[in-house]
Formats: sequence, C-alpha cells, structure tokens
Amino acid sequence: MTTISTPTPTRPWLPSTKDKLRDLFFFLLSIVATYVIVAITPMKGKLAYFILFFLLYMSLTAGLQYFARGSAAAKDAFVSSLVAVGAVLTVMPIASIIGTVVSKGYKGLHLGILTTDMSLAAPTDPIANGGLLHAITGTLTLVVLALIMSVPIGILTALYLTEIQGSLSRPIQFLVQAMSGVPSIVAGLFILSAVLYPITKGYSGLMGALALTILMIPTVARTSQEVLKLIPDDLREAGVALGGTQWRTVAMIVLPAARSGLITAVILGIARIAGETAPLLLLTGGGDTVNPNAFNGSIGSLPYYIWKSFNAGSPEAITRAWAGLLVLMIIVLVLFTLARLLGTRKVAR
Amino acid sequence: MTTSAPVRVVPAPRELTTQPRFSDKVFRTVVTIGGLSSLLILGLIAIFLAYRGYEVLRQEGFKFLTSSDWSISVDDAGNVVDSTFGLAAMLVGTILCSIVAVAIALPISVFSALFLNFYAPGWLKKILIAVIDMMAAFPSILFGIWGFLVLMPSVEYWAKLLNNYFGFLPFLKLEPYVVTRSPFVAGVVLAIMIIPIVTSVAREIFSQAPLDRIQAAYALGATRWAMIKAVVIPHGKSGVIGGAMLGLGRAMGETVAVYSVLNIVFQVNWQVLLGAGGNVASLIILKFGEASPYEIKALMAAGLVLFLLTLVVNAIADLIVRGTGKSGR
Repeated sequence: MTTISTPTPTRPWLPSTKDKLRDLFFFLLSIVATYVIVAITPMKGKLAYFILFFLLYMSLTAGLQYFARGSAAAKDAFVSSLVAVGAVLTVMPIASIIGTVVSKGYKGLHLGILTTDMSLAAPTDPIANGGLLHAITGTLTLVVLALIMSVPIGILTALYLTEIQGSLSRPIQFLVQAMSGVPSIVAGLFILSAVLYPITKGYSGLMGALALTILMIPTVARTSQEVLKLIPDDLREAGVALGGTQWRTVAMIVLPAARSGLITAVILGIARIAGETAPLLLLTGGGDTVNPNAFNGSIGSLPYYIWKSFNAGSPEAITRAWAGLLVLMIIVLVLFTLARLLGTRKVAR
Repeated sequence: MTTSAPVRVVPAPRELTTQPRFSDKVFRTVVTIGGLSSLLILGLIAIFLAYRGYEVLRQEGFKFLTSSDWSISVDDAGNVVDSTFGLAAMLVGTILCSIVAVAIALPISVFSALFLNFYAPGWLKKILIAVIDMMAAFPSILFGIWGFLVLMPSVEYWAKLLNNYFGFLPFLKLEPYVVTRSPFVAGVVLAIMIIPIVTSVAREIFSQAPLDRIQAAYALGATRWAMIKAVVIPHGKSGVIGGAMLGLGRAMGETVAVYSVLNIVFQVNWQVLLGAGGNVASLIILKFGEASPYEIKALMAAGLVLFLLTLVVNAIADLIVRGTGKSGR
C-alpha cells in the first residue's frame, strides 16, 4: 500500500501570525513610548503626540526591517508608514468636520424648524423662535430652477461629445473643463452684470438660479459624458441596423440605457450647487420670509441663512448657523449616497 | 384561353443617399447648439465683465494690477470725487494663499493616492474613495465656518511653532508679530478643500500605470517602494503636476471659505504667517455690500482678472492631465 501525501497549500507571501503579532507589538510600543516622552519632556499637545508617534513607529519598523532584510526593505517600511500618514491626514479633516457639525448643530434643531421662518425672530432670540422654512423652500426653488435650465444643456453637451463627435469635440471638451473651473463668485458677477443690472434690476430667485446653472452645467455634462461612453456601441449599431435614425437611436436606446447614470449626473450636479454661497450673496438678497415667487423679490436659501447667522455673531445665531450647516450637510450626504447607489449600476436595464 | 402577359411593375429604385434624414439634421443641429453653449457662456462672461469694467480699466490702466490702493470718495450728491483702484495686494494674497494650499495639499494627496492604489486592502480602499469623493462635494461654506471656529486656533499655534523654529527662513519671517487670520490659515483651509480633488486626480493617474511593468518590477525582486519609484512615479509625474494645477485653480477662485478666515489688508504682503492678506474673490464679497455703482465697476474688473487667471491655470492643468492620459506609458 502506498500512501499519497498531499502537501497542504501554503501562502508564504502573506504575513504569518508571528509577523502580525510583531507589528502589533511595535505599534503598541510606539504608543507607550510617545505617551512617556510627552509626559517627561516639555513637548505637549495633540501635535506632539501625532508627530512623535509617527516618528517612533516609522523608525522602529524601518530599523527592524533594516536589521532583518537590509536597506531596501527599510526604505519600503518607511514609505509604507508615510503613505498611511497621508491617508490619515486626508481623512482627519472630514471626520472633524462631520463630528463638529453634528455635535454643535443638533442643539439648534427643534420641532418648529421645518414649519417657521425667521421673519419674526431676531438673531439674539432663543433657538426655539424661528426656523428654516424660508431657507429650505428657497434652496429648493433655486435648485429646481437651475435644474430645469442646466440639465438639458449639460446632457446635450454630453451627447455632442459622445454621439456626434464632430470637429468641435476637442475644443468643447476643453471649454467644459474650463467652465468647471470658473469661480462661483465670477458666475455671480456675470449674472449681476448681464441680467440683474440691465434687465430685472432687483433680487430674485431666478438670478441666483441662473448663476447656479453656470456652475452646474459642467458637472452634469462631464458625468453624463462618462456614463454615455459606457453604453456599448453594439446598442447604437443595433438601433441603426433596425432602420432607426440617429435621433431615434439616441432617444429610444442610448438615453434609456443610460438612465440611472444620467440621474446620478443630475444628483451630483445638485450636490455641487446646493451649498454654493458666493453667487447667492450677490444675487438673491436673502429674505427672511418664505417667498413663493421665484421671479420677484429677495429669496432666502440655506447657505445665505448660514452666512447671515454666522455673521450676526450672537451665541444663538452661531448655534443657528451650525444647525443650518447640519441640515445642509445631511442634504449633501443623502444626495451623494443616492448618487453612489444609482451609480454602481450605471448601465442597468 | 389566353391570358395577358403579366405587366411587370418595376418600383422606382429608392434613392440611396448618405445624407442624414430631416429629423437627424434637426437633432444634430440642436445637440451642436447645446454643445456650443459652454463656449457661449464663457464668451459672454468675458465680454460682460470687460464691458462693465472697461471704464475703470481705462482709467487705471496697468496700475490696476500694480498698485494696491483701493479707495473711493463720493460727495453728497453721489458723484465720484476721487478714486484709485489697484489689485496688487489682492493678487499677491491670492497667489500666496493658493501656493500655501498646494504646497500642503500636494504631498498629502500624493501619499494618500499611493496608499489607496498600492497599500490599502480592498474594503478600506472602497470606503476611503467614497469618503474622499464625498468630501469633494462638501460646500465651501462648511469649510469656511469650520475653519474659522475649529481649525483656526490650532493653525495659529502651528504658525507660532513654525516661526519659532524656522523663523530664519525668509518666507517664514514674522514682523510685526501677528498671526491671526494670516494667509497661512487661509492656505491650510484651502489645502483641506483641494486635497480630495488632487487625490482623486492622482489616484486616477496612478491606477493607469502599466500593469506589465509593475509585475516586471516585482518579478525582478523590487520592494513595493522600489516598484513605485521605478514605474508609478515616472508614469504619473506630469499628471500629478496637472492635478496640482487644477487644485491651484480651485484655490484661487474660492470665496466664502477664504473670506471667513482671512484678514484683508490693502497692502502687498509676502509674509505667509503675517495676519494681513488679500484675495480677489474675498475682496468682491467684502466691498460689494456698500459699493457705489462706480466701485461695482471696479469689482467687475477685478472679477475679470480673477476669471482670466483661473482660466489660464485651468487650461494649463487640463493640457497636462490630458497629455498624460493619452500617452499611456
């Protein structure tokens, strides 16, 4: 009888338990050492903890690698900790922002916030007076108007770049990119000089929406273009082979196939403009009452409300500003999550 | 029985043509017009701002860019008695803030992009990308108020430390000793705002590094860092510079966040840590509220300068980024 021995599969490239334990040990060792050094030397503060811990951990791991495997491995270990620090520094501000806004903003929330406006409340009034109704309806009005104007233009631009691909494709691609870099304040000044002064001569929601349109078009155009590029050419060829004109092919095959991706583009566009402040400061007047007429009279909006409360300076007003920021942040987060959920199945049918 | 020979009816041959149908012509025209809208809007912005600002630009001439006085006096009837407008301090401040921002953001972004592409495990990568993209969508007013109320005290402390230990460097000098609301603070806030943008451009570029070369480097026994140094960085260098320029363009045009944290002074100041800065976009917000019609024209001219500045920076950035995308390896 012969016994057949099958070797158990091994994965020598993965870190073994011993390696993991060793890494953990060095990690804990640097934490302890940092703590001790901060305690016995005059270096104090969060910054000292952060920098010391980083330096200690880096030199410990790099030193270990140097003695175990030589200088190339030591450099590798050094860079590994460096890039990890880069990632931590990237994410730290966002954690701080979300944490601060939530912890300071919830104090400003109350039941009446969605049903009352600020027309009868002074900046120094207690939080329970007044609410966000005018700001939310105003932002909604501005966004809807900007949506009506920018979505067709944005999608047409994307269609030109993907479906027609004429001789102007390259310059237009370039211009769309350039347009996405237009500072929001310049968009506001433009509407001020081109529409508000010569034609309407007064603040209104429409003026704000026009400026937001300029800022939203490039976002919608670029995201839609990415989505339309993903639609396989087979679908377009099938449409033409069935005798469809290009118009019918685009309208009945390409656009429906890209539907959820296009919705993502629109949502990202809304997220881009929902918190835009600078042009609204120039163009909308920022009223304190609900203004149902978007074409006449000053209109409130969330960013304007936050800006006004922040500049009013009283503790109550600052709390109101944080509450406004919390609401704005939640809106942006919801929109963004929605866009990601839809965006994961871009070419769904 | 005779039957008449069947008459052969030959249908007239269908005209074969490569001309698009009428509906397609309409479609193509409409789409082309929509596509040209970006040209139209950009052109109109330049034309209208130039038209409104023309009077001031002609009065000030080249001094508009080189002098740093900004004053206007109006008599009781509302007539302009005397006015000088100069953007020099604001332009210097804008450039200073954005350079600080890019200098801080670029290394951090490159490191985090490398981490995302080559170090992070799959699940962490997914989460981090979502978080960083979301941060790019956060409104600037959020960064501004957070920067003013939360970040500013720490940054002022860092500024003091920098001045203490590196004060001998010419650009970190500090006299008089005022650190509040300096270009450095504004630069840090701007850096936090542009890190997500630069990170995603860098990540995109790094992920296009040719896989065969990466594997070849590993097969030759390279460590991860040696592979990055030999393959990824040469491939992505110019693309990352383009991404940094893109961030620079964003930083130059940012208004609300800078206005919240920066002390605006009409005096050219090259000291990064000194609490006196300038910013074209913030100037517009600062002066707009109580500006007379003539001063508004000066603000329009300032807007035109800002517009052209960001346009040029963005154009260069776009050329660099697209150039690397095409060449592949």
